[in-house]
Amino acid sequence: MTGPGAVPLGQRINFWIEDGLGAIVRSPVGSRLRRWGVTGKALVASVPYLWLMLFFLIPFVIVLKISFSDSVIAMPPYQPLFSWAAEKVLEIKINLGNYAFLIEDNLYWKAYLNSIFVAGVSTLLCLLIGYPMAYAIARANPATRNVLLLLVILPFWTSFLLRVYAWIGILKNNGLINNTLMALGVIDQPIQMLQTDFAVYVGIVYSYLPFMILPLYANLEKMDLTLLEAAADLGCRPWQAFVKITLPLSMPGVIAGCLLVFIPAVGEFVIPALLGDPGMLMIGKVLWTEFFNNRDWPVASAVAIALLLFLVIPIMFFQRAQDAESGGVHR
Amino acid sequence: MSGGRSWFRTLALVLGFAFLYIPIVSLVVFSFNESRLVTVWGGFSTKWYGALLDNQQIIGAALLSLRIAAVSATVAVVLGTLTGMALARFGPFRGRTLLSGMATAPLVMPEVITGLSLLLLFVTLEQLIGWPQGRGMTTIILAHVTFAMAFVTVIVQSRLAQFDESLEEAAQDLGARPAKVFFLVTLPIIFPALLSGWLLAFTLSLDDLVIASFVAGPGSSTLPMVVFSKVRLGVSPDINALATILITIVAIGVAVAGVVMSRQQKIRDRDAQMALAANQQMIESMKKG
Repeated sequence: MTGPGAVPLGQRINFWIEDGLGAIVRSPVGSRLRRWGVTGKALVASVPYLWLMLFFLIPFVIVLKISFSDSVIAMPPYQPLFSWAAEKVLEIKINLGNYAFLIEDNLYWKAYLNSIFVAGVSTLLCLLIGYPMAYAIARANPATRNVLLLLVILPFWTSFLLRVYAWIGILKNNGLINNTLMALGVIDQPIQMLQTDFAVYVGIVYSYLPFMILPLYANLEKMDLTLLEAAADLGCRPWQAFVKITLPLSMPGVIAGCLLVFIPAVGEFVIPALLGDPGMLMIGKVLWTEFFNNRDWPVASAVAIALLLFLVIPIMFFQRAQDAESGGVHR
Repeated sequence: MSGGRSWFRTLALVLGFAFLYIPIVSLVVFSFNESRLVTVWGGFSTKWYGALLDNQQIIGAALLSLRIAAVSATVAVVLGTLTGMALARFGPFRGRTLLSGMATAPLVMPEVITGLSLLLLFVTLEQLIGWPQGRGMTTIILAHVTFAMAFVTVIVQSRLAQFDESLEEAAQDLGARPAKVFFLVTLPIIFPALLSGWLLAFTLSLDDLVIASFVAGPGSSTLPMVVFSKVRLGVSPDINALATILITIVAIGVAVAGVVMSRQQKIRDRDAQMALAANQQMIESMKKG
């Protein structure tokens, strides 16, 4: 046995990997797997596949199932859909009552429409604030660019809940803004900002702004600047060049950013719960209340399924954009 | 470009960053406030930090959250790397669209839906096979792995799409088995991406309120759940102290990770360049020979 310093660590690890993998490949298990046509690649892909099937896809099937069942006072508080009646006859009770309830009660319609409206306006505001920022970062010199980019990402790393909490202190009646304005003598009565729709817009725009800036930046940074020079040479004014060249070319980034903000914002719960008016109707809050306060799991499931139906088209758009952006199938 | 528009870009950045950072700065400043009224300055004090450390409920919840975050980030990095490899390197295969869909949908899925669906899954599983027994740390970890692995997948996939496959092909030409190529070539190159993926997964787990609220059982309240129930009743200065501690940890972590990654990147770039140069030389000499 030579001293421990004789073989460098990297090489030793190398041997371990080689021996270990070789042993698996040569083992009876390995050869049997090969005979069945199971390749290493298939094994690698199957692990996340099975995980996502179990913890992502199947749960939606269960939500769908429970949205058709009756609510009962028990644990879990719903009636089974399938039951074995006497003489081994499978009895299936499908109950559309929960959906009928959603359609009949105006509250749910208002909540869905209001959520889409609030998410849409917030997305637009994010775009209006985020586009100039992303543009300015993409056109800054490379050293500054990395620092600015880090500054955009950094808030994202600190607790979302605590950043929303920070706005309570800023917006409340004896908060930072009202105190400053009163001290300056601009107003003599505090302006009610907390627990208004305004506070919810501020919270959503603030929390989701990095999601808008990053895809926009990634797009604008890749742009070929010689196109703008060519436009200038041909007599285009800077703003014309922006409208005719930069803006159309950045559309993939705009779409990705808007979807990244809009889709989660529709189902947002924390921001309206902390900053909004208690009576403000947002679908995420409605689902939360049905589940936690009313303990009506079937109606909560029906609310979730209906929300998913609203979002399925934007989600599919997002996935296509995402797959194209991250390289898709290589070559 | 023309100076006429650069003031506009500067203005956009100044206002934008002011908007992003004023709330964070205010959290930190008012954590040192003597007064209980969070936004009225009553003199410098560190008493809220003491109050925070005395609060057993918050400390217990923080320790639970840290454990959950560490485990779920590690599992999420393993699963996210496998998914990223499959999507970026395996070419078109049967079920690729479904895998890519399932892997990226959690990025945008509203949290209330994810939380509800996972809870119903756990309840159904318990009825059918008796596992998981009740809800608590295990169910929170399973839920966090599922949504955090989506973020790791995206990071790993885009890193793999960026770097040149010829390094892997060269190793394979020299007789390395695919798994060995992965451990000795691919893994070291994408290591920075794995590190940032782990940190991101850790932060997301530590931060999650909605999904954890659905899948947590009695007695397993995570830090965000405790903070949320406290904050709902109004502002309280010890939460500011907590925020300041978290912000400090994150700032240090990001700085350290940045230094490590840029150093790693330099070494990798140098190695890759040397390999390419050697390759070039070999081709030249073969042409001559």
